[in-house]
Parts: sequence; structure tokens; C-alpha cells
Amino acid sequence: MIQNLIDGILTGSYLSLGAIGLTLVMHILRFANFSHAELLSLGAYAALVFDALFSRLAPVFATKLAPLSLTVSLILAIIASMVLTGLLALLIDRLVFKRVREKGEELSMVFASFGMALILRNVIGLIFGLSPELYSRDIAFAMVISQDPFILIKPDQVFVLIAALALMFILHLILSRTTFGYALRAVAENPSLAQVNGVNLHRTIMAVWLIGGGLAAVAGVFYGISHQLIPVMGRDLVLPIFAATIVGGIGSVYGAVLGGFIVGIAGNMALVVLPSGYTPSVPFLLILLVLMIRPHGLFGEART
Amino acid sequence: MPDAILNAQGVTAGYVPDLPILKDITLAVRPSQITLIIGPNGAGKSTLIKAIAGLLPVSQGKITFHGRDITGIRTDQLTSTGIAYVPQTDNIFRSLTIRQNLDLALRRAGHRGDETLRNLFDQFPALARKQRDKAGTLSGGQRQFLAIAMALATEPKLILMDEPSAGLSPKAAEEVLQHARDLTAQGVSILLVEQNVKQAMRLADHCYILAEGRNQIDGPAADLRNNNVVGDIYLGNRRIGAA
Repeated sequence: MIQNLIDGILTGSYLSLGAIGLTLVMHILRFANFSHAELLSLGAYAALVFDALFSRLAPVFATKLAPLSLTVSLILAIIASMVLTGLLALLIDRLVFKRVREKGEELSMVFASFGMALILRNVIGLIFGLSPELYSRDIAFAMVISQDPFILIKPDQVFVLIAALALMFILHLILSRTTFGYALRAVAENPSLAQVNGVNLHRTIMAVWLIGGGLAAVAGVFYGISHQLIPVMGRDLVLPIFAATIVGGIGSVYGAVLGGFIVGIAGNMALVVLPSGYTPSVPFLLILLVLMIRPHGLFGEART
Repeated sequence: MPDAILNAQGVTAGYVPDLPILKDITLAVRPSQITLIIGPNGAGKSTLIKAIAGLLPVSQGKITFHGRDITGIRTDQLTSTGIAYVPQTDNIFRSLTIRQNLDLALRRAGHRGDETLRNLFDQFPALARKQRDKAGTLSGGQRQFLAIAMALATEPKLILMDEPSAGLSPKAAEEVLQHARDLTAQGVSILLVEQNVKQAMRLADHCYILAEGRNQIDGPAADLRNNNVVGDIYLGNRRIGAA
């Protein structure tokens, strides 16, 4: 059971990163972006390409950072992938969502995001094939943390958890200590009033896509490190990420973090009592349960 | 009489195209004065302020501020021209602390930010005491003071105030309106929309009365206050149906 709890926390770390971008986009642009989970796939595969590229260009970067199975080139690849995915998220907004937003209704945006998800998923499959990919083919041995209860954890998983928490802490500092962070929160709460106070809505929306895309890329890589890369990973992650966003309260970054951990832990803890085939239903049950008690989610508020 | 700092000439505007709420409105705001806009519900008072702030499209006419054409200005550029806008409701960020609300508004003050903040806390000591609290925890009157402080943080020459006394207790409403009066002594001009007509008329310098989106009467507030026709129709001196 404690093993499930630890696995749940690890799952929650990348779900939270994925949910942060989604909650900001859903709140500020007021549409359910079903293609957000595909940004995780994009980021994960982009890091795979950058990793191979950096390893070829500078073989010294291919050295493993023992006891991790990760290399310096993968760490650099994650950073490059964050930038690229953020820019791609921005490009998708410019080419698709912005045009639909200016002409269409909220429902048109939802359908556009469904379409975008299908396009991204299939383009990734077309380029990389349907076979699973791995960042490292080395066998990463798990460390025994405790004999009774028996708990195993891989060094890579510890890295994923620490790195995810560090990113969330950096984001927290930005949101709570900088005027840029205040502007982001102000736009999320009341876009018109933010404009009245001199906040450029257009630039803030750009920042939201860059941050959301960047964090989605990291989440995708961390999923790939914890599991494997498959072109349909976005399809598998879309529901847990949406559940994390809704449970935490749409628009709340802190809610998205908490929601990610709740969904991750609940999904893994459910394995103790339910056959694995039933665990995909856990996010649905969580959404229902939380919305019955708090209709705006744990940290969400009624819109202004 | 000093030259007007804000001029609206023949402004026609509304929420949707081809359905104007304001029709050919003309208005002038003079420096260091309170210019009051009153009128029945639906007269277009708030719509006029929103049109000046760039929140609504202006289909005809021209708005100038210190001679510069600001018709259809982008709302986020309003503060850089020297105009601040205090909306009627939802005029603070509830999820931010009081200090964060002010810091957001102070961004443009740059290196003068600390000094400006000190001045604001001197003017609004209650905000200074609660600066680490979430703005959503403030009372109605304190919220209005925070909204006014946010407007002042941008060091405006003109503040557009949309019914600042709405929903406040009579005492809090009196304090807010008196504060608006005090600001004019600091060289700030106020364009005020108010439902609390009698109280606002006592404080205002000039008054415009709108009805059905058009100018009806305007003049010095003291003259209009003593005008029997205006008093009967707009200030409720005689109840409808009374002998």
C-alpha cells in the first residue's frame, strides 16, 4: 500500500505539471483544450530527438549521471524541448485557436482542440512509428528503501519527483513574488480589470502558452522516463490531466498541483482494491465527488 | 474657466454594432474638478465611461485627452496616457493580497514605486495594516479604497469612477465620495458616475444629465442643484403623482 502511495506521488508529479498549463488556458481563454495532453507527447518526443542530437554532437554529454540512467544530453534536451514545445503551443494558438476564437463560439474551440489532438497524435505516430521508445535502454535497478513494508524506488523516479517539485516551486515564486506573476493571476481572475490596470492581455496569453507548453514538455519527458514513449500517450493522459484541473479548480495553479497529486495517488491506491482495468474510472469518480461538494473545485472560485 | 483636459465630441457607442446606447454625447472634464454624470437607469452613464476607457467600440465621434485623440484606445494603454478607471464592481483582484494588487498597479511607477506606495499607505492606513491579507477579505468600503488606491498608483491626471458608493453603507459612501473630493486638491480630475445623486451633487463642480443615451442638461452642479425642474425630475424633490 505504501508502495502504491509512492507510485501515486510520482504519477502526481507529472500530472500536476501537465495540469498547470491546462488550468491557465482553460481559465484565461475559456475553453477546454483537449489537445493539451498532446503537448506532453510533443515535448517527450522532441526531447528524444534533442537527446540523440546532443549526444551525437558532443559524445561527452552522453555520459550517464549515475546512479540515474539519465544523461547530461537528456537534461539539456528537456530544456530545449520546453522551449520548442512552448513555441509550438504558441504557433498552434496563432494558426488555429486564435482564428476560431475570433470567429467562433466556445464549442467551436472545443471541437478545434479535438481536431488538433488527433492531428498531433497521428503526426507523431507517422514520424516516430507506433513502437514504444525509451530515453535509455540501460536497465535501471530500483533501490530497496524499506524491507518491511517492502518499498522499491528507482533513482530516476526520485529525480523526476525532485525536479517536478523544483519547477512547481519556481512557478510559485514567479506567481507570488513578481509583478509578471501577479499579472498572470490577475488575467486569470478578471481579464478586463487586468487590462484596466495596464496588463497587456495579448502578451499574457502568449506567456500562458509558452509556460503551459514548456511545463507540458517536462511532464511528457517525466512520463517517458517513468514509463515509455508511445504516440498515444496524450490520449492516455488527457483524462487524468483534466481530472486534476477540475478537481483542483479551473484557474488555480495551486489547485492544479494538488489535483495532480490527488488523481495520481487515487489512481495508484485504487490498484490495492480494484483490478487494474477499473482504475481509469477513478478520475471520473474523483471529478464527481469533488464537484458534488465544491462545484468550482478545491481551489476554484466562481468567475467574475 | 480652465480648458478641458478630456473632451468627448458627438460620441456614439454601444455594446453591439448598429445598436448604439450613447447617441451624439458631448462632454468636457476640467482640471482638478469633479465632473458628475447622472441620469436614470439605462441612460448610458456607465457605457460612456466604458467607451472612454476603450472597453466599448466608439462608432462615431471623437474623444481627446490633453488634445491627444484617445478614441478607441486599447484599455491596457489607458494608464500610460494618465487616465485611471475604477469600475463599479469587481474592481480589485480578490485572490491577490492588498500589497500585490498595489504592486501590480505600481509597475509603471518604476523607481518611484516605493515612494508612491508609502504615500498611498499614508492616505489609506487601513490598507497598510492589512497589506498581507487577501483583497477578497476586505469590506465593501475598504475594497473601494483599494480600487481608488490602485488607480492613484498609476499617478493619473484623471480618474474615471463608476458608482464608487454602490452597495456601501451611507457612512462608507460618504467617506469614499469625500475622498474623491479631496483628490481634486491634489490636482487629480474626476469623472464620476453616481446614483447617490444628492450627495454627489454637493461635491461635484460640474454636472451632466443623460437620458436615453443623450445629453439632456449640463451646467455647474450648484446651479443644477437649485434648479427646480432638475430637482423635481432628477433629484426626486417631488414624488411622481404628488400634488
